[in-house]
Amino acid sequence: MKQYGDVILAYSIMLGLIVLVGFLQSWSIALSILCFCLISAVMTMGANIQWGYAGLINFGIMGYTALGGLAAVLVSVPPVKEAWQAGGAQIVLCALIIVSMVFGTRFIINKYQKSNKRNYIIAFVIIVGLIFIRLISGPAIHLIESVNPATTGFLGGMGLPIIFSWIVGAFFAGALAYIIGKIALGLRADYLAIATLLISEIVIAVIKHEDWLARGVKNVIGLKRPVPYEIDLQTKQWFINLVEKFNKGTLDLVADALEKEQLLKQLVIDGSTVFVKLCYAGLFSIVVVLLLIVTQKALYSPWGRMMRAIRDNEEAANAMGKNVVKQHLLIFVLGSAVVGIAGAMMVTYDGLFTPGSYRPMRYTFLIWVMVIVGGSGNNFGSILGGFAVWFLWIEAAPMALFLINFFTSGLAETNAFKIHLINSIPYFRFLMMGIGLLLIMRYKPKGILPEKIRKM
Amino acid sequence: MDFINSIVLLLNYIFVPALSYGSQLALGAIFVSLIYGILRFAYFTAGDLMSFGTMFTILFTWYFQSLGISLGVLPTALLAIPFAIIITILYVLVKDKLVFSYYRTKKSPPVMLAMVSIGTMFVTQAIVRIVIGPFDRRFFDGEKFILKANEFKEMTGLNEGLTIKSTQVITLLVTIIVVSILFWFLNKTKTGKSMRAYSDNEDLALLSGIDPKKVVMITWVVAAVLATIGGALYGLDKSFKPFTYFNNMLPIFAAAIVGGIGNPFGAFLGGYVIAFSEILLTYAYRKFFIYILPESLEPNSLLQLLSTDYKFAVSFSILVVVLLFRPSGIFKGKVI
Repeated sequence: MKQYGDVILAYSIMLGLIVLVGFLQSWSIALSILCFCLISAVMTMGANIQWGYAGLINFGIMGYTALGGLAAVLVSVPPVKEAWQAGGAQIVLCALIIVSMVFGTRFIINKYQKSNKRNYIIAFVIIVGLIFIRLISGPAIHLIESVNPATTGFLGGMGLPIIFSWIVGAFFAGALAYIIGKIALGLRADYLAIATLLISEIVIAVIKHEDWLARGVKNVIGLKRPVPYEIDLQTKQWFINLVEKFNKGTLDLVADALEKEQLLKQLVIDGSTVFVKLCYAGLFSIVVVLLLIVTQKALYSPWGRMMRAIRDNEEAANAMGKNVVKQHLLIFVLGSAVVGIAGAMMVTYDGLFTPGSYRPMRYTFLIWVMVIVGGSGNNFGSILGGFAVWFLWIEAAPMALFLINFFTSGLAETNAFKIHLINSIPYFRFLMMGIGLLLIMRYKPKGILPEKIRKM
Repeated sequence: MDFINSIVLLLNYIFVPALSYGSQLALGAIFVSLIYGILRFAYFTAGDLMSFGTMFTILFTWYFQSLGISLGVLPTALLAIPFAIIITILYVLVKDKLVFSYYRTKKSPPVMLAMVSIGTMFVTQAIVRIVIGPFDRRFFDGEKFILKANEFKEMTGLNEGLTIKSTQVITLLVTIIVVSILFWFLNKTKTGKSMRAYSDNEDLALLSGIDPKKVVMITWVVAAVLATIGGALYGLDKSFKPFTYFNNMLPIFAAAIVGGIGNPFGAFLGGYVIAFSEILLTYAYRKFFIYILPESLEPNSLLQLLSTDYKFAVSFSILVVVLLFRPSGIFKGKVI
């Protein structure tokens, strides 16, 4: 227990802060911060698996997050029958062509020696395949996108409960990571960082502009929820009773029956949002705890020791007969899959998929700040990093407002400088993140909760 | 006649825009490449340093405009650039002193420095947004066109017009001047040679008495100069928006790597490789083929290889291909 003393301390401070927000601002805000903290924690754990366990830099987190979100759309939205009739067959045909292109290329690589001739044949196969895809898919996409473009205009999904998308999202992200890993993992660390950053931009570009897939920048809204809707809750008798029980003290203070009913109504409305967010927080917590158990087990297993050995001295690990390339690929896929789960969770929580909102600052670099601040290589640390940084990210604006008012209290309300500062409050979070990251890297380079190597 | 028309068409829509865009990228890529070669890390603040320099160019432009100073047909910004450069130089030197020098003396791994540069990226971005805001700003004044499409049509009697914006010519001229001075400096002066020596082999350079502090300082100064000029030219040509500048970091990195990172001349060419391939692959060639093919063969589709939405994706795909087959870049940079 003693070795977890600092973990318990740090976590209690963090939870205390969130509870404080609940008291000072509102419980609804506190719970949505908690939900996003949990989602960030999952993302951070994914990045930590890659960076902390294996020393692989992945600046493509945004891409995997978006793929997780795409999974949420493809799993939960009911299929659009007219669109499938209009162009579904052609799209499936194109998918088959892509698959046969991949297998064809593999076959050629296996059959022929490495030579210019082989390269030309491969190039020929790819170009012919692309031309066919272009010719077949072009009209089909046009047909699909013209099926009721205001609301659908895409193929739709499978119409399953959205919770399945968390698993599907992991598979999507893992599959992408497999491809990227095959291409880029041989590169040196900072090349890998740049390559993954650029590839994630390509992923976003595809999701944004292929409207037949998930409506692109037209967004998919109104996704199904795994938890009850507020409106339904407000009419349920058991829920009203629950709220009544919780607020007995406040309700008893009001004497007038009519006023009491009004107050109860208001409380039920407030309570329903809180209840919904609590459900989400519960679901997300289950994911975080499960992942934490699995990752902790993995970290202290022989496999985890091998990963650390590979991270700390690749040549030595290689000489000991460990397949470094294979293990790197494996961990790259695993970490990305975890990020994919987080992406699906986020879209589930938001109830909408907006490809335009995926930006590297928010979905790649912020997650990296979380990993570094929390403590790379330590799962508890990365969860804490996710919580602390997300909390700061949200609460930076009120804090900055307070500080600005404090320091410029001598200036008049109409002072142009003061107004300018107050208008630019949203950007103080960047400043805070940057300075926080620089300070942590300078004075506590291992993070708040550093990695602990258990001695054997 | 049709043949000349088609050439003019390509000049107008591909060659001229790609040349100016390529110059802007090239200036950025050169300094990323220099920092990579000499300070040995991937400088993720690149795009935001450019927006920092451009921001001060805009502020000085506004100041001069309020004083009533202008350059007549030329944009006032040209006058503002030197002042903005001074401030940007001060900023990078202070940043180096406060942040980077600690890790350099500690000989931290490059990855660590790259992470630190992400920290400075956040800070620079915050400063720019707090000072000037995240909005789209145009600060171009003076004569907008050197050659208008209508004038060209009248002059030559062709169907196709050729438009040349003055910013495009300014971009090209400034780039030629700056890059010539830079390569003269790197290849002919003693300081420049010591920088290249330091980039090639640090230990050997130190043994032969090269002062690392001076080399590092000059590198930052050159970076600040190039970033400000490149950023200001981009802003003059298009417009200034902090988010666009941050995004420009990506094609700049692509250009630097394609050209062979650590090799400034390669980076310079890499900028044009990226710019031309982006525009060549996303241009719709329909009109071009209407001109050069006989009427019976006229195409009815747009003949666009990729939709313009994938502009960025083109440069990144080139980068991935180059990384796969020639990790040291087309023009052989540091072998990594």
